[in-house]
Amino acid sequence: MGNEPIEKVSIIISKGALEGIYPGLIMANGARAEGIEANLFFTFFGLDAIHKVRHEHIKLATVGNPGLHMATWLGGFPGVSSVMTHYMATKMDKLDIPSIPEFIEMIADSGAGLYACKASVDLFGLDKDDFIEQVQDIITVGEFYERAAGGQIIFT
Amino acid sequence: MTTTTIAGHDVDVNDEGFFEHPEQWSEDMASDLARAEGIEPLTDRHWQVIRFMRKEYQEKGTGPTVRVLGKTSGVPVKELYELFPKGPAKVAAKIAGIPKPRGCI
Repeated sequence: MGNEPIEKVSIIISKGALEGIYPGLIMANGARAEGIEANLFFTFFGLDAIHKVRHEHIKLATVGNPGLHMATWLGGFPGVSSVMTHYMATKMDKLDIPSIPEFIEMIADSGAGLYACKASVDLFGLDKDDFIEQVQDIITVGEFYERAAGGQIIFT
Repeated sequence: MTTTTIAGHDVDVNDEGFFEHPEQWSEDMASDLARAEGIEPLTDRHWQVIRFMRKEYQEKGTGPTVRVLGKTSGVPVKELYELFPKGPAKVAAKIAGIPKPRGCI
């Protein structure tokens, strides 16, 4: 393996919490900014990121998230996740980090492909109308690998 | 750092081809720089972005990211990628003779 530049990435977003979605979006957006071809594939709870209604209400996980340095019992209190999410959103806004809906729209505008995983869509009883218009297709894992051919695959 | 000649001027560029000294840049170099990036000819819309890059760099000391360009240059993100398919902020910075923008978003 030499040091050839990366020309294509396929990024899988599998988690539905704020901290599970942003990294994949930042990597996809950053890839396009470098002129790297990028595809985003949303699976399992990651589908919330492209769900018309839910993607505006993505929350930070306050339970089972030791990185937050908060007692688990406190994280489970009603409203704590919302408050922490709001706090994070305020900090992100100050740094001019776009909200998830805005970010996804921008990534789609940059020419990246957005796809939903068929197995998860079937599992959750969803269909194409449940997703934002930027989602190009609902594809199988086999089709994902076909689209990912010749590039790197990143699972988040 | 290497010295190269663009449109008859000697300029210093880094390994990636970005200007070491933005003050060495002049508008008559832009079309040669663009051609090297596969962009030809430069349209008014390209120029709108290039001039915006210069202005931002002069005011802030760093070039804007694609997000900033999309919000404030007057050229939307979709069109930015049509104008500069290999990465608007990066390629426009190279053509505008400023360092590569370093923002993550």
